[in-house]
Amino acid sequence: MNARTHAIRNGLRRGWAEFILSLKSPQDLWFYLFTAALAVGYLWLNRNNTFADSLLSYAEVTLPSLLGALLVFGLYMGPLSTLAMEKEDGTLLRYKAAPHGMAGYVAGQVVYQTAQILPSIAVILVPSLLLFDGVAPETIGGWLKILWVSALAIPAVLPIGLVMGSLIPGVQKAGTWGMLPMMALFGISGIFFPLTNLWGWVQTLAQVFPMYWLGLGMRSAFLPEAAAALEIGGSWRTLETVLVLAAWAVVGLALAPRVLRRMAERQSGSQVQTAREELLQWVR
Amino acid sequence: MTEEVIRVRGLRMRYGENDVLTGVDFEVRRGQVVALLGPNGAGKTTTIEILEGFRRRSAGEVTVLGADPEDADEDWRARIGIVLQSWRDHGRWTPRAFLSHLGTYYAPYSTPERPRPYDVDELLAMVGLENLADQKIRTLSGGQRRRLDVAIGIVGRPELLFLDEPTAGFDPEARREFHDLIHRLTDMEDTTVLLTTHDLDEADKLADRILILATGKIVAAGNADQLARRVNRDAQVKWSLNGQDFVHSTSDATAFVRDLLQRHPNVENLEVRRATLEDTYIALVQSIESGQGIAPIDAFAEAG
Repeated sequence: MNARTHAIRNGLRRGWAEFILSLKSPQDLWFYLFTAALAVGYLWLNRNNTFADSLLSYAEVTLPSLLGALLVFGLYMGPLSTLAMEKEDGTLLRYKAAPHGMAGYVAGQVVYQTAQILPSIAVILVPSLLLFDGVAPETIGGWLKILWVSALAIPAVLPIGLVMGSLIPGVQKAGTWGMLPMMALFGISGIFFPLTNLWGWVQTLAQVFPMYWLGLGMRSAFLPEAAAALEIGGSWRTLETVLVLAAWAVVGLALAPRVLRRMAERQSGSQVQTAREELLQWVR
Repeated sequence: MTEEVIRVRGLRMRYGENDVLTGVDFEVRRGQVVALLGPNGAGKTTTIEILEGFRRRSAGEVTVLGADPEDADEDWRARIGIVLQSWRDHGRWTPRAFLSHLGTYYAPYSTPERPRPYDVDELLAMVGLENLADQKIRTLSGGQRRRLDVAIGIVGRPELLFLDEPTAGFDPEARREFHDLIHRLTDMEDTTVLLTTHDLDEADKLADRILILATGKIVAAGNADQLARRVNRDAQVKWSLNGQDFVHSTSDATAFVRDLLQRHPNVENLEVRRATLEDTYIALVQSIESGQGIAPIDAFAEAG
């Protein structure tokens, strides 16, 4: 086994170790519970409503959309904030100083950020299945589709998160670079109301980004065939979903290695030192 | 034994309009401990980061372990160790788990003469963290964290170790333990060490050779004695006579004292003091900062 493969395996182990540590961390557990309470609470408040003009319950339609949006949120904000933080606290520099350490670091990030999807989805899905009638997919095919749509989210979104995390100038910018675009996409991606309620140009814009397509993919997995009538063109557009997500994956996977390499080249001890001093000033 | 591990010629670094290094020349031989000493902002960290391959230089030739750090590969990286100034990374990890993880990156580079990485327990004992091995790194004190940094720097059993301000924030006891550790490393492992410091005492205790960096170049080089003699050949003689204190500067203290004692046999509290490294250093930095120091400094740089 060559040194690079060896390093990548070592990094994969680090990713898993980070995930286990995160599950034991009260801070991270509170974050999972907080998002779950927010999402499930929102669905609970709307438990007696129907979705738009349809006969479907609000929870039934909105739960899959929320899960799709959360996939994007986790796979984008996760690496973005981790990288922003770890550029400044010296983590990256540690791996830059080790032979093939950066390859190991990136491998670890992929495992860590991917693994985190499981608890963040589970804390919303499990209580929703217990609380709301008719939200579960009716067929095995539906459950399988949840799995492959989630799997496709990883290459479509995670590399973009890594790219943005590399480009972001500092932790304090995580709001502007991370939360702002996420909130905007949450608003326009047809999660809380049908996309068709929005102006034409907003519909077009929303359909550029993975969040809309992951929501659509999730709805097609959870909902009966007839519910497709609510969607643009009255169809689940599964082929288009796969194509758009694959296109994002191609772009992300092409950009990520280059951007990550450039970022790693720029890492230095004095950069970490400067970030530390700036943070201390900022706190004061 | 005389192999050059580091060779620097005409190293220049410019940030925008600001020249930080204006022509640095030096070399470090295998097994040496060399201290780069200088006031804050003199370019010590910049120099060491260029040698570590963490920063691109503006001009000059740099060879570290036979390669140019700017395009050295990962095999080169496996042979050097870097003690970083961390502050809060891997807070959830334990020293044992973290050292074992980072050490694993060096395993493919193990050779019979230099088994890599270090055994984690041995390493923890070396830096005195054996009792804290399974605590969260977050709970370590500043000094304990620095010792972990040192352990991480040497986990791959490096041939060349870089330390940037290694004991900043140490209490005196931690500092002495750290100095012992560096001596052990260089004695046992034939490790070459380049460290930066602005602590004169540290440079004096640790280094075989001291390089003084000021105004972007090496203004003086040698061991502590050589440096002290070069900047100030005079010794200070202090004594008291009939309750009165006297001080005299002389270039030949032995002759002066012989004469003094012959003339005044009842001299008390006699003290002859050579210029210390601190005197040397302060004299140098002051003369450079006042802009007058260039001539004498160049003169003894040539003498070296």
